[in-house]
Amino acid sequence: MEVRVANVRKEFDRFPALHDVSLDIKSGELIALLGPSGSGKTTLLRLIAGLELPTRGNIFFGDEDASNKSIQERNVGFVFQHYALFRHMTVADNIGFGLKVRHGPSRPPAQEIRRRASELLDLVQLSGLEKRYPAQLSGGQRQRVALARAMAIEPKVLLLDEPFGALDAQVRRELRRWLREIHDATGHTTVFVTHDQEEALELADRVVVMSQGRIEQVGTADDIYDTPNSPFVYGFIGESSSLPVKVENGEIWLADRPIGLAAPHEPSGEAMLYFRPHDVELLDGCSGCIAGTVAASRRVAGTRRVELEIGGERQRVEIELPVDHPAAQKSRVAFRPGRWKLFPDA
Amino acid sequence: MADPEIKSYAPHHESRSAAVTESRPAQAVLMAIVFAFLGIFLLLPLIIVFHEALAKGVGAYTQSLSDADTRSAIRLTLLVAAISVPLNIVFGISAAWAIAKFEFKGKAFLTTLIDLPFSVSPVISGLVYVLLFGAQGLLGGWLKAHGIVILFAVPGIVLATVFVTFPFVARELIPLMQEQGNGDEEAALSLGANGWQTFWYVTLPNVKWGLLYGVLLCNARAMGEFGAVSVVSGHIRGLTNTMPLHVEILYNEYNAVGAFAVASLLAGLALVTLVLKTLLEMRYGAEIAATRGH
Repeated sequence: MEVRVANVRKEFDRFPALHDVSLDIKSGELIALLGPSGSGKTTLLRLIAGLELPTRGNIFFGDEDASNKSIQERNVGFVFQHYALFRHMTVADNIGFGLKVRHGPSRPPAQEIRRRASELLDLVQLSGLEKRYPAQLSGGQRQRVALARAMAIEPKVLLLDEPFGALDAQVRRELRRWLREIHDATGHTTVFVTHDQEEALELADRVVVMSQGRIEQVGTADDIYDTPNSPFVYGFIGESSSLPVKVENGEIWLADRPIGLAAPHEPSGEAMLYFRPHDVELLDGCSGCIAGTVAASRRVAGTRRVELEIGGERQRVEIELPVDHPAAQKSRVAFRPGRWKLFPDA
Repeated sequence: MADPEIKSYAPHHESRSAAVTESRPAQAVLMAIVFAFLGIFLLLPLIIVFHEALAKGVGAYTQSLSDADTRSAIRLTLLVAAISVPLNIVFGISAAWAIAKFEFKGKAFLTTLIDLPFSVSPVISGLVYVLLFGAQGLLGGWLKAHGIVILFAVPGIVLATVFVTFPFVARELIPLMQEQGNGDEEAALSLGANGWQTFWYVTLPNVKWGLLYGVLLCNARAMGEFGAVSVVSGHIRGLTNTMPLHVEILYNEYNAVGAFAVASLLAGLALVTLVLKTLLEMRYGAEIAATRGH
């Protein structure tokens, strides 16, 4: 099922949580809504689900305008952040709930419901736990039951709110891979919310980066990481360093000298230069480079992160060097960013 | 009767360091004070109730309980409880639902209003009904013209009882529902359940122990209420006397055995309530602990 969010605005008590958001989700796609807290990602998910109604704008399921449909009518599977399993029901009853509350001929007989529940438990690899209560399960198991319960109603769209937020790192990674497998096997259109960029980049077909109620960028993990289209995305996804520079006649200048980077299509004036700390080319001499004094150097996993003081005491940038690189021992380092981007001063 | 404001909490067994533990004599004095106080003010009266009731033997006791007026008082008390408790269950659940699950203007005011019967003297609440429904009251003329009798009859007694007891269920449920939030309900709705199914399969089971606890306290108070009922009842023997009122009448007639026999029933109700309440607290406490562990 395709989902189209068209110019949606959402206000809570006149405070806008989403400004004019538009998003096309293809059928069978796995999409991550990524952003810091307060970016509106959960609100967008709840709007798609029908747990909230938009102040303005429309949400389409296929060609059908679902904007004013209730959550029951939308037939979405929603997995809540804290699972919201019914604690007084067994695992099997939890999974069967969505079928049990159906009316008339669409309601399967009790035996069929039980069979479906067992099937779904097999799918989420929890066979044999039918009679357990939620309190008797681990966090990861509850998460799987919540997903099985959401899938039991054969939803058009699967929505997950911070699906791995409450789990420890080990289980998170395991479930992440497992969710991808389930998605590939069932082919549901799936949208999940996360504040964990690693999770979003690794798991999703496309990532929607959000900030302050707006969509900053939509793209594959490669798009988002390699060509961020705003200072926010540069700063939010992965590591980034920035320096205030000046553009003059298509040349980039740092203070009083050019740094050897050409920007022929940029207008002249003040700008910020963004680059990735690991994506730098080290230079020996310095005619057209960025040079700085080593202010601090620390070992981070497989690399050495060096903090450089540039042009006096004001500007500090971080770059990453191989651990055994001789430059790490020097007191002065010269480099030039590999991939970089300029954003005009706000 | 357990006072609603004084809620008993499960004791916390925390290991205390020697530094903050009082000396042995101090402990003994404190405990002696507590036991003496409870003995004089609670246990002794309870013993006297049963002692006086049985002063002239079991025969006199059962005979006074089989008196026609006494039987009618017992029936009336059961009837009043049977009407007012279900009413308060409906009201309590509605109020708790509204307060815990919705945001609306005047919510704090509503919460305060629910506590009103605790802060108003029961006599006043009875008097309000007299002023409203009495012959000289606001609605008295209209009621008389339509042949509706409220005061000095069962409807008045039920109204006064409902007023006095309505906080019990609501106050028990509000904190419980607030703590549980909307998550389970949203999950049920997302799975296609309608409002009624959500309430029946999800909300109600989540609060059942709290609800039972509230109903128990509500019932105990409904059967034991004296002040408010006394004002609106009219004390007509065999017709509008509830058990507490009947105790007073018998006592004023120097019928000690009769008075204490009925009183022993009320005391028995209190004891049963206490036992059930303790059992519920054990059960309900575990439930809350389980929810927290989620």
